[in-house]
Amino acid sequence: MLQILVEALAKTYRVAERAPGLAGAVRGLVRRRWREVHALVDVSFSLEAGELLAFIGPNGAGKSTTVKILSGILRPTSGRVEVGGLVPYEERVKHVARIGVVFGQRSQLWWDLPVLDGFDLLADIYRVAPARYRRRRDELVAMLRLEPLLDQPVRQLSLGQRMRAEFAAALLHDPAILFLDEPTIGLDAPSKLAVREFVRRLNREQGVTVLLTTHDMHDVEALAERVVVIGQGRLLADSPFASLRAGVLAERRLCIDFAGPAPALEMDGVTVRARTDRALELAFNPVDIPTPKLIAAITAKHAVEDIHVDEPAIEEVIARFYDLHDAHEA
Amino acid sequence: MNGLALYGRYVAASLRAQAQYPAATLMLTAGHCAATAVEILGVFALFDRFGPVGGWSFGEAAVFYALVNIAFSIADLLTRGFEVFGTDFVRTGAFDRVLLRPRAAALQIAGHEVRLSRLGRLAQALAVLIVASRLAPIDWDPATVAIAVWTVAGGVALFVAILVLQATLAVWTVESLEIVNVLTYGGVQAAQYPFNIYAAWFRRLLTFGVPLACVAYYPVLAILKRSDPLGAPDWLLPIAPLAGFAFLALSFLAWRAGMTRYASTGS
Repeated sequence: MLQILVEALAKTYRVAERAPGLAGAVRGLVRRRWREVHALVDVSFSLEAGELLAFIGPNGAGKSTTVKILSGILRPTSGRVEVGGLVPYEERVKHVARIGVVFGQRSQLWWDLPVLDGFDLLADIYRVAPARYRRRRDELVAMLRLEPLLDQPVRQLSLGQRMRAEFAAALLHDPAILFLDEPTIGLDAPSKLAVREFVRRLNREQGVTVLLTTHDMHDVEALAERVVVIGQGRLLADSPFASLRAGVLAERRLCIDFAGPAPALEMDGVTVRARTDRALELAFNPVDIPTPKLIAAITAKHAVEDIHVDEPAIEEVIARFYDLHDAHEA
Repeated sequence: MNGLALYGRYVAASLRAQAQYPAATLMLTAGHCAATAVEILGVFALFDRFGPVGGWSFGEAAVFYALVNIAFSIADLLTRGFEVFGTDFVRTGAFDRVLLRPRAAALQIAGHEVRLSRLGRLAQALAVLIVASRLAPIDWDPATVAIAVWTVAGGVALFVAILVLQATLAVWTVESLEIVNVLTYGGVQAAQYPFNIYAAWFRRLLTFGVPLACVAYYPVLAILKRSDPLGAPDWLLPIAPLAGFAFLALSFLAWRAGMTRYASTGS
């Protein structure tokens, strides 16, 4: 069953331009100059019920704008959007009652209220019947291990604890679709793992459709079967994660500090990206040459002080998509 | 749960949040009471020095003062969400969170915070009303009580409307909206004196522009059982507070336009 349908979506903002300084501010009051910003250009994709889709792209790519349109906050400039058979921005109240949204950087709980009081208030806001609410709440409290936090004011929670509470808050009304906007941002490693594990269970065991936007490739790797890449408002790729992984996301970096001067390294499938007197940064594809084998080959020949594996930053991956994209157009 | 009941739950939540800081809340309330009480001393000093002003005794003038301040303090108590809408909701993006909930945005903003410290001004204004009732004097028969309650209701509606308009403006501009304080605090200052002491253009502005006169001057004349020295018909005086509700209805039309605009521009 098709749950999200997006066709030829475009969003253009008008941004007031203002000269710097006081004079510019005064002039801006009298006459404004507008600049058009194309946040989204011709974006189309669809999502089946029960799918888990990751939306990746650098800052300002249009991820948040897409989520805002899908969740009914923003009205697109043109294009067609349907979520669960409703046009989100036409029937906001009906639509938002069926979705759950977690923003990594924004709380939906009440800062000075105990977690449980916030849950109670949300149940009233979403008109959840008392018996159903209690059952759902107890289920989420158990899954997210929230029991010890329930009577603490939200302001006293750590970020990791708060995110767990945020997830419960977004799911009390049992939504069929969950939007996650950078849900692991700023979390420590164990909290990230807990969030990923929870999202996976929600998707696999309860069949909740999940649309996840993220910066963190580990989130994508742990969760998504399908990935949409977006950059400068355009859809650059929409493919199964496995094929992205084998292709453009596959490259790894090996950073080596040598005990002596860095050698002139010549190996098939390995390129030297950067070098200093005693260090090298190599690029390689683990499909062609497995990481342990590469490390073994280097440490066998050279005295090495430190070594670590890295992956390209997401901005770099996107830049590569752009190169591919432009190449197609030319 | 219907809207009104939900609003009650919001209010309860806000009170519980303030109960987390009982000492601060108490001190703020006492401070607010003292700070606003200075104003009635100013009115008293004026009458004490110059005698009756514009045909009004101090006791009568104090009735204007008391009713306007009661209305404003109640509005101020209820509208914190609209007051901080631009700074705490639009600019921070928290308004998106509001829109993600299946309830009217205005209801959620109204329920954002009930500021207990505003009870300070209310207490002060009620005290002035008690003293003024003796000085004026006012005969509190049932009809007069009804007009007073109705007047305060109209005044609350008008001041809430001004705050809703201020919030609506925030959708268009994130610049500081302190200018609206001219209408709220300035309005209270203007309306706490009998209007016939003002120049004609100013009276017209406060009757037909922002109808403060309709929720203060005219109905208070009815409470004092006096005719308008400027000649407004007696039958008009007690129904004038209707204008406050009309202004509130208009402000919510503007608010709806603001919501449409927000959906197409975002924050």
